[in-house]
Amino acid sequence: MYKVLKNVPISENSYLMEVVAPLVVNKAIPGQFVIVMSKEDSERIPLTIYDYDKEKGLLKLIYQVIGASTLEMTKVKDEIFSVVGPLGRPNEMCKDPEIFKGKRLVYVAGGVGIAPCYPQVKYLKERGFQVDIIYGARNEGLLLIRDQIEKVADHVYYATDDGSYGTKGFVTNVLEEKINDYDICVAIGPFIMMKNVAELTKKYNLKTIVSLNPLMVDGTGMCGACRCEIEGKSKFACVDGPEFDGHKVNFDVAIKRMNTYREEEKKKLEEMKKALGE
Amino acid sequence: MEMIDRVKVRVQKPEDRVKNFEEVELGFNEEEALKEASRCLNCQNPRCRTGCPVNIAIPDFISAIKEENFTEAYNIISEFSALPAVCGRVCPQEKQCEKLCVKGIKGEAVAIGALERFVADYAIRNNILSTRKVEKNNKRVAIIGSGPAGLTCAGDLARNGYSVTIYEVLHKAGGVLVYGIPEFRLPKSIVEKEVDKLKALGVRILTNVPVGNAITIDELRKEYDDIFIATGAGLPKFMNIPGEDANGVFSANEILTRINLMKSYKEDSKTPIKKGNKAYVIGGGNVAMDAVRSLKRLGIDAHLMYRRSEEELPARLTEVHHAKEEGIVFDLLTNPVKIITDENNNVTGMEVVDMVLGEPSEDGRRSVTEKEGSNHIVDCDMVVMALGTGPNHEALKESDIKLTDRGLIEVDESGIKTSIDNIYAGGDAVTGAATVILAMEAGKKAAKAIMERNN
Repeated sequence: MYKVLKNVPISENSYLMEVVAPLVVNKAIPGQFVIVMSKEDSERIPLTIYDYDKEKGLLKLIYQVIGASTLEMTKVKDEIFSVVGPLGRPNEMCKDPEIFKGKRLVYVAGGVGIAPCYPQVKYLKERGFQVDIIYGARNEGLLLIRDQIEKVADHVYYATDDGSYGTKGFVTNVLEEKINDYDICVAIGPFIMMKNVAELTKKYNLKTIVSLNPLMVDGTGMCGACRCEIEGKSKFACVDGPEFDGHKVNFDVAIKRMNTYREEEKKKLEEMKKALGE
Repeated sequence: MEMIDRVKVRVQKPEDRVKNFEEVELGFNEEEALKEASRCLNCQNPRCRTGCPVNIAIPDFISAIKEENFTEAYNIISEFSALPAVCGRVCPQEKQCEKLCVKGIKGEAVAIGALERFVADYAIRNNILSTRKVEKNNKRVAIIGSGPAGLTCAGDLARNGYSVTIYEVLHKAGGVLVYGIPEFRLPKSIVEKEVDKLKALGVRILTNVPVGNAITIDELRKEYDDIFIATGAGLPKFMNIPGEDANGVFSANEILTRINLMKSYKEDSKTPIKKGNKAYVIGGGNVAMDAVRSLKRLGIDAHLMYRRSEEELPARLTEVHHAKEEGIVFDLLTNPVKIITDENNNVTGMEVVDMVLGEPSEDGRRSVTEKEGSNHIVDCDMVVMALGTGPNHEALKESDIKLTDRGLIEVDESGIKTSIDNIYAGGDAVTGAATVILAMEAGKKAAKAIMERNN
């Protein structure tokens, strides 16, 4: 059991959770993820680390309520059954900042994808990089942690589908305008957004890193549920990733694979809602 | 002397058991155990013992059964094995102790495995703990991985006074015993009881720790006198054929992990499992049998596809026998060449090819080649790859431990020492995927080497 200090909504469908997990955060580097289980009989769900406080041993996560297990997680109080991490490889720039010194960086985030971008931007900014953020969502209400990201990035540009905040349109519209200002792009968000960003940056030959969040069970290289096609080869997002060269990812297969348990997930959500009396 | 036939182990009826995940073999009751024990000749020179990787004093514990002193029988086994309830169930006895039993020359071998299980279950039921006195020393050992190798090593060291800490990455201890081997062969409550016994001996188990990421081996070296790496072979292999990334293609590990560790066979489980109409499990080992029999229990038309013939099936005979009884269809001498999918990337079938057996190669196994022009299509909506597993060296990150050409951990002629002093490795991480009992043998070896070094 791990002590939970906070588990609160921060938007219509997103939550912030703070967990005491010193061994998880002690060696964590931005880009890595954890797997959490609300209760002993819960599903294992992978979440990329949002923030951490190494001195206090505090791990911070942001999650979107999308199915039975994340709905169950909103009910967690005081204690959570399991948190394992850090898992996966760190972001390559955060791991070896020296190699990338002087590069101009842009982080392109979609929806809850801003959560894993935040610690990277903060980490790299502290190490002298110039970092901008382009952040998109369907509408203003779905834009998260604006204060935090504005504090750490040089510039933050917003885009909303309905124009309720920032540019009306997609993150790719904003990115294309400024694309020559950057040497490296990191895109984290829904598969379709990462696919569109990668297609755009490929045209301009801009190095692009994406963080994949496919289905996962153990998260340690054991089950292969998270396998993704990278340059025609099968790779495991949990141990080979989660970050890959965006120009080498077969997003079409990745998007289709997300539907593997669609029917089962729908049923589980209904069952969970019933169990929780919602 | 009257000749008694080997006492048959009672099993759940096939037509019942394909509808549940409860244990197939019900084990001996007292009467059956006594009758079977009476068949043992108590040989002066017990060949059975030499067939046991952990060298259990088999005639001695069987003699104790004959005397109806089951506690004593348990104490005898406990001197050699930390996991008798597990081994009594999953060891390939017909290839080990029972293969060498004198009774087997003219008839059937003594049912050593079933007797071991009887004794272990008796001990669990009656809460009997090993009577051995432990005097603590001040030595600290870290074990990475809580599978059979790690648990065995921990048991031997703890009984000899060592302070042992096991690091496990999953949320539950037991390794393959909890994520891999199904409930119907090895109830998880049994594994839990065996793990509890180790904890009672003072073994500390830290779950949820990914060694290599959360803490490195070098860091562990500063805290512990010795380290035993027992990380197993967890990385599933795929065939690298077209369509393998389709929805509906799974590794046996994924299917088994969902079912065993995450309990997705239960209706109210929060982890989903795919219940297709027709599934092919590709492979012929114990893992393939476990996967195909699990799928059958989910109500799926479950087939096993293996490229060699029945004779070459690497699985335990009992498992093959049970699988057949349960109505598993065996498609032998056949191999997939391509997975066929619809526009949504869902599996709709496989292109397969007939295989022809050739001469035995150097390793004694017969080679196989594709029969030209025999390609044909089979319908299915699930394909499960049970082709074996490779080592997973996440735990070795940032360490200088040497690997072999095959990517396994390199050990010296002792069979247990790695390239770094005071670091040992054993089990599947060294041998490649093998059996529970061989991993236990490695665990014993590691414990012995650690004790010898510290003496």
